[in-house]
Amino acid sequence: MSFSWARVAAIFQKELRDYRRNRFVVIFTMSVLPLIFIAVPIVSLFTIKVSVTNAKLETSIGRSLLYLLILPAIIPSVLSAYSVVGEREQGTLEPLLTTPIHSEEFLIGKALAAFLPALAVAYAIFGIFLGAAAAFADPAIVSAVFERNHLLLQLLFTPLLAGWSIWVGIAVSTRVSDLRAAQQLSVFASLPPVAIVALFSFNVITPSLGLALGLAAALLAIDGLAYRIVAAMFDRERLISCTRS
Amino acid sequence: MEQIEVPRAQVPGHASSARPGGLSAQAAVAVEHLTKRFGDRVAFEDVSFEVGHGEVFGFLGPNGAGKTTTVRTLGTLLAPTSGAATVAGIELRPENGPAIRSRISIMPESPGLYLRLTVVENLECFARLYRLPERRERIERALRTVNLTDRANDLCRSLSKGLRQRTALARALLNDPAVLFLDEPTSGLDPVATREVHELIAALKDDGVTTFLTTHRLEEAERICDRVAILNTTMRLVGRPDELRARLFTTGVEFRLRAALADPAAVLAGVPGVEGWEAQPPSSYRVTVPDPGAAAPELARALVHAGADVLSIGELRHSLEDVYLELVDEDVEAKRG
Repeated sequence: MSFSWARVAAIFQKELRDYRRNRFVVIFTMSVLPLIFIAVPIVSLFTIKVSVTNAKLETSIGRSLLYLLILPAIIPSVLSAYSVVGEREQGTLEPLLTTPIHSEEFLIGKALAAFLPALAVAYAIFGIFLGAAAAFADPAIVSAVFERNHLLLQLLFTPLLAGWSIWVGIAVSTRVSDLRAAQQLSVFASLPPVAIVALFSFNVITPSLGLALGLAAALLAIDGLAYRIVAAMFDRERLISCTRS
Repeated sequence: MEQIEVPRAQVPGHASSARPGGLSAQAAVAVEHLTKRFGDRVAFEDVSFEVGHGEVFGFLGPNGAGKTTTVRTLGTLLAPTSGAATVAGIELRPENGPAIRSRISIMPESPGLYLRLTVVENLECFARLYRLPERRERIERALRTVNLTDRANDLCRSLSKGLRQRTALARALLNDPAVLFLDEPTSGLDPVATREVHELIAALKDDGVTTFLTTHRLEEAERICDRVAILNTTMRLVGRPDELRARLFTTGVEFRLRAALADPAAVLAGVPGVEGWEAQPPSSYRVTVPDPGAAAPELARALVHAGADVLSIGELRHSLEDVYLELVDEDVEAKRG
């Protein structure tokens, strides 16, 4: 029996239906959390003094954009932390694993269900930020916000950071037996790659197209490797009986 | 510890044609010397049995006997430590996992439903995981089978325990399984819901579905199973309930009188076929005879002749519970010894 995208789609659709009716996901993860992370950048956008030096302006904008990049790291880590341990807690993992589903189908379905909503929310929040800047900020600040490298970093690193968070979240979820512990560990483990972006945002590393693409490629490779490691960690026997096969 | 293997019941569709390794090709489930250990801990050991097509096979045993682990092993969720098995005609090997899982269904003790999804959404998800054609028709059919059509669009969290169990059963029926594993399907259900599940199992048997029923409820096993197996880490006994009773207990007649006999030995010694007797105070007696049907009239006559007032007389019946307790007690005593 070969890999089936139909089974991936079944998991994906089930997850989305579940999110939609989960108040914690709808209210906190998809609404309150993004509002928190857009409030600070927008406030700082309007409190930057136009008279500051270019370097200070860059740092302020960088800090705001960094705030926005934490979102694609945190939202999927919260969602993916639930992926395995949550199924176990509500007793649905065993029925699921008794179907002909392959581990890879299960993992990709779960990952996509965390990835696409997180990406949609992160880009929507970034769009709101850009819209607010274009509509209300000083032209000098607008021009700094809309600077090519800033846009590129945001657009490029948003899915890559989300990818990392998802695989870390799922990996944690396969190993721990408590949902809260899984969520805390996943959020904590999802943040290190944001530090790289922080170095760009604060101009510690001078941003350039080549460097950004190079780091993005490295993060992409790490995401791919993380998927393979998670797939190898997905041991049905361990998940069902809490012992190694 | 001696294992008693009672000859198989005549089960429709069953033939015991051998295949390499001694496993029957025709059996719905054939298990030979299967063992599962978790490190040093033995879950079950050297277990062998067969389940025929269309049979309702009861799997009994005390807590921790290895019943659920056996089901999980046959369902390819756990890898056996040693031994061989075929499930739905497919050899139990890791690479055959998806193929076996596509031909069987397992309903775990906990229904394991997505509570924020409706009944039909739960079934739809699983129908897609099985990649079933004509999903809508199959879902409707499964809902009709468990009499849940009117609750199809209710969220599962709004259902009672009995209805959740029925939903889980509908989910297990979606793929028309060759073998249906039910792990404690009536656990925690009230008598009415329990009866409904029993009726469903009976209806599935009529449709030719092979059912592997793990249960603690001995009266349930006795009522609905063609054969039962009693597991207590090792396989203790396999056979039809009446065969198991015959193996473990002597046949006899039980009678109750208005008052105890003054000299029972004198009365019972004269009855043909009586091999022994035992008084059950205050005024009942159990008499060991090879043929209760022939001995009962003789006994009645002897008792009346002796001037006793007979309140009741009948064949001595041992329940499956007696068989079960006898075996489990033997195991407890063996462990003490």
